[in-house]
Amino acid sequence: MSSTGLKDIRMQVMWNRLISVVEEQALTLIRTAFSTSVREAGDLSAGVFDCDGRMLAQAVTGTPGHVNAMAESVPHFIREIGPENVFEDDCYVTNDPWKGTGHLHDITMVAPSFLNGRLIGYFACTAHVVDIGGRGFGADANSVYEEGILIPIMKFAERGKVNQHLIHLLRANVRQPNQLVGDFYSLAACNEVGHRRLLDMMFEAKLDDLDDLAEFIFSRSRQATLDRINELPRGSFENNLTVDGYDDPLYLQTKLTISKDNVHADFAGTSKLSRWGINVPLVYTKAYSCYGLKCAIAPEIPNNTASLEPFTISAPAGCILNAERPAPVSLRHVTGHMVPDLVMGALDHALPGQMPAEGAGSIWNIHISARPVAGEKGRTAEVLMFNSGGSGARANFDGLNATAFPSGVMTMPIEATEHTGPIVIWRKELRPGSGGAGRQRGGLGQIIEIGPLEDHEFLFSAMFDRVSYPPRGRNGGADGLSGKVHLDDGTEMRPKGWQFVPEGKRIVLELPGGGGNGDPSERTNEALRRDLQGEYVSADEVRKKYTRDPDEIL
Amino acid sequence: MTTGTIKPSVRVGADIGGTFTDIALESGDRIFSAKLLTTSEAPEQAVLDGIALVLGEAGLEFSDIDIVIHGTTLATNALIERRGAKTALLTTKGFRDVIEMRFENRFEQYDLDIVLPKPLIDRADRLVVGGRIGAEGDELAPLDETALVEIAGLVKERGYQSLAIGLIHSYANPAHEARARDILRKHLPDISISISSEVSPQMREFERFNTVCVNAYVRPRMEDYLARLESELKTRGAKGALYMIHSGGGLISVETAKSFPVRLVESGPAGGAIFAADYAARFGLDKVLSYDMGGTTAKICLIDNAIPETARTFEVARTTRFKKGSGMPISIPVIEMVEIGAGGGSLASVDAMGRIQVGPESAGSEPGPACYQRGGEAPAITDADLLLGKIDADDFAGGDIQLSITAARSAIQTRVGKAQGLSTEAAAFGICEMVDENMANAARMHAVESGKDITGTTMIAFGGAAPLHAARLCEKLGVSRCLIPPGAGIGSAIGFLRAPFAFEAVRTQLMRLSEFDAASANDILQDLREAAIGFVAPNADGAKIDQETIVYMRYQGQGWEIPVELPDQTFSDTDSALFLENFRAAYTRFFGRAIDGLGGVEIEIVTWSARAAANRPPPDRITLSSATGDASPAMQRDVFDPAAGDFITSGIHARGDLKSGDRVSGPAVIMEKETSTILTSAFDAVMQDDGSILIHRKDGGAS
Repeated sequence: MSSTGLKDIRMQVMWNRLISVVEEQALTLIRTAFSTSVREAGDLSAGVFDCDGRMLAQAVTGTPGHVNAMAESVPHFIREIGPENVFEDDCYVTNDPWKGTGHLHDITMVAPSFLNGRLIGYFACTAHVVDIGGRGFGADANSVYEEGILIPIMKFAERGKVNQHLIHLLRANVRQPNQLVGDFYSLAACNEVGHRRLLDMMFEAKLDDLDDLAEFIFSRSRQATLDRINELPRGSFENNLTVDGYDDPLYLQTKLTISKDNVHADFAGTSKLSRWGINVPLVYTKAYSCYGLKCAIAPEIPNNTASLEPFTISAPAGCILNAERPAPVSLRHVTGHMVPDLVMGALDHALPGQMPAEGAGSIWNIHISARPVAGEKGRTAEVLMFNSGGSGARANFDGLNATAFPSGVMTMPIEATEHTGPIVIWRKELRPGSGGAGRQRGGLGQIIEIGPLEDHEFLFSAMFDRVSYPPRGRNGGADGLSGKVHLDDGTEMRPKGWQFVPEGKRIVLELPGGGGNGDPSERTNEALRRDLQGEYVSADEVRKKYTRDPDEIL
Repeated sequence: MTTGTIKPSVRVGADIGGTFTDIALESGDRIFSAKLLTTSEAPEQAVLDGIALVLGEAGLEFSDIDIVIHGTTLATNALIERRGAKTALLTTKGFRDVIEMRFENRFEQYDLDIVLPKPLIDRADRLVVGGRIGAEGDELAPLDETALVEIAGLVKERGYQSLAIGLIHSYANPAHEARARDILRKHLPDISISISSEVSPQMREFERFNTVCVNAYVRPRMEDYLARLESELKTRGAKGALYMIHSGGGLISVETAKSFPVRLVESGPAGGAIFAADYAARFGLDKVLSYDMGGTTAKICLIDNAIPETARTFEVARTTRFKKGSGMPISIPVIEMVEIGAGGGSLASVDAMGRIQVGPESAGSEPGPACYQRGGEAPAITDADLLLGKIDADDFAGGDIQLSITAARSAIQTRVGKAQGLSTEAAAFGICEMVDENMANAARMHAVESGKDITGTTMIAFGGAAPLHAARLCEKLGVSRCLIPPGAGIGSAIGFLRAPFAFEAVRTQLMRLSEFDAASANDILQDLREAAIGFVAPNADGAKIDQETIVYMRYQGQGWEIPVELPDQTFSDTDSALFLENFRAAYTRFFGRAIDGLGGVEIEIVTWSARAAANRPPPDRITLSSATGDASPAMQRDVFDPAAGDFITSGIHARGDLKSGDRVSGPAVIMEKETSTILTSAFDAVMQDDGSILIHRKDGGAS
């Protein structure tokens, strides 16, 4: 039997194994992390790199925001630590938004992997921590300096010995030092698990280095990605999108250029920086551009340096999608989550009829800071909830109801949330009528009502978008319903910033629904019957938007 | 039972699977077995026919049967095929869509056309009622009893056959659920009502609501089926008791099964794990990896000290490529195992990167692998096994099915070899490598999730396809020994006969260690112990009842609790130190080290569990035998060896011809009617006293 054939098969097997190794790495992080957003919501990523910092494999578990942001961070580490300072059992760390994944809350850790005293590669992982000091998780800072403590690329541990000065400094600067330090150890442990599994694999396969395997992975992935790009029509395709922003609406503009071996997104024409922390470092813009494009063009090709390489971006310095130091960037996701809709809208001109309509986009995070009413006994607590609106209708399927897109995070059970703080979630269910009408209907948003427990009150940080500008329909489909924020007595609240809810009142969040796809008149009676029976759509809506008689349909 | 009789007890195990119904009859030390096609319309038919068949073989009558132990996939299949009762869910106002909104995430990140699993109960069938219990179990708003009367009217009008009630925080205080049931039952005496605080009193509303929905959905059907089976057995003269196997691997009465049929989900695979656990006990193996591979899936379970690992939640009816998140979660005690789409019928293809992919799509038994020549054109694992010489084309299933090498060759060459630029044999090797690697990865991942290490375990392999792949899987996992018991083809049914009378009761009640309250801890555990013993005692036949106490704990702020074992005793307030100590030990076992230097981080107990099991005499201990002589092969054949990367002349042995103590040296094949055991060049095998085959690495790990 030919030895090249066998070698090829062994390479395929090891590629599979490598993906399994980083999955184990990610799983370890989820199991041990303290941060709510990691363990409940899956806001993390994990990957393995070669000695040059090229990413070989990334865990499927994780969120798109870290895609290729983490991939690009490893070369920064290699450069700044310097090869002469890399030792066995080292572990490096940063949360620099411009060298990590876009805001201070994301901690990235990188560890070298040695075999028989020789460097063979690196493991990296990223996780969103609960608190990093500063003004807290919100849009209110004027610059990154107010958003918390910034850890430049440095050693968390050298030759296995943890840098206690760093720990000391961190503990003094954050609100929940135990949780932060716990998460640092979790991150380090997950790299360690990856390292051990990699050595097992190399021992079994009798490998001394990863060079051949890297070449195999990169050449196969590059070719497969280029094949896909080659099937696309060439040319330039534009799209723009207006979203709420903070004080003023934001205008996002892109020009997508598809050439033989490259898809390039340029964001010239996009609004300038905001005064508030919704600005996006370029790494994060790139992560979500790549995500949107990869979903549409090459969804099943695993993420690695070669499969991401053909996707490039540019944005003028100082626009909101290329925020430079020291712009505030804490809530970069609020703007960044809109990027997939933006680039897929441009791609729609190249691939008409295939792209989904726009959806709610940014996840509706709410941070609640609860406390007893003055003079009463009770509990103080910080509670973070992740909630999703509706996604845009697809070419052949309705949009997803109350499901995160593009974010990959999960929501928490309300029973668990109510244990973490003195609040009551009185309602959390679908928002009928919020999905944009269309041949395929937009996904429904949801309605949430939260009040303080008796004798308590709370402040909440709003980070909501698509309140003034609803998700747009496509191909004749109607827009989704825009979001609303108010108290149960009808008092309007702002969609961004810290606000107060007194005892006895409730905050009501109405999350946006996704846009519809295709002419509503083409929606089948059968689909409308299901809509009516389940009260996803009202009889009135059927009459007005679908121009049909509900009684006949039922 | 009368004393003094010498007549051995006659025990029957009956396992209804999707394709086959397996019957095992044990009388003394003899086992008679039958495999029949499942009769989906009237599943009891195959059971009764099968029992009649084995009784005939054993020369016995229905009236001789002392006990029938039954497990079935009927509940699981009803969920997969959505063939259950017309069911409504009554839930807390404001939470109508919990089972539809799920975790608000996508189980596949990059698929724009993803289809999320459809909720079991449609939105139109989800009704709401006012009233609210708080997180601490206090009443925040009274139950709207007037509305319940209207709801009863609606239920009647719409003709629901079954009703699930799931209210927020009912695990902490079941009063509203119980009251709602009582009111509704008064108006609806003929409708079965299931409430979540009885079916699964655990925190996390999505899982709990879904569990009660599943229970209600399968209940009328399972009640009918079980009643029919009971009466048919009686009609045929059977006087012995009928018991059901539950997902946690223990036995429950038919009456309990009728009220809580959700506990029957996945009872078949549980039987397989018990089968393996029984062999672990017989041979005194304290760390075992059970590996069950059939036609469509493979199941892997870790068994320490002959007790299969259990979990509190699992996912059934996965819709997309067995992907986590594509099914529905159920929170009941269950034998924890990982199931992957890898079986003899799993199909191979080549993806965009030129990588061979295997499964989870399966050729099933119809059309079957290409080599069956029943119209299957895509290459399956069985085709690859055939080309590599692992299966004899002329002697498959005891010669019942003639396999075509030409058809297998053509399927593999067309769909895999050509695209890869590989010879057909190399492509076949690639297919087997990929499926073996997938299973190895799943096993490793499962071990990580369970905080365990695979190295040092002994594998116990059963199911039609497992012996063909076990040795290679051992190589990949660094496992040095594997036991292949006799009767492996009907492992689950035999496993049922070994199941203990056991029950685990579980409840969520948050308690911070700094506020440890021994009195209420004792109360909770006392209730749970009584519940567990209540299930077991009536069936224990006077045997001693073993008890076990497990709490699930975490550092406050973490989202995953880990199981912590505790002594079965009454606690005093100073025992919080014991909880702490055991938690730290368990945490270290899971994650390498407990977290130090976190002064003031709270530790909390989330869920409490008590297990009771009737003490059974341990099975007769068998000592692993060493080889006493070398068996000489009946013939020789070229079989592909993965390590050598080429075909090697291998000895072919018939399992029936081997005597205890015979050594077979790899590379070799040991053939039997249902399957073949493949020894790669790295392994030897030694025949054991009970007919098991022990395979072990040549360079160590021998008995």
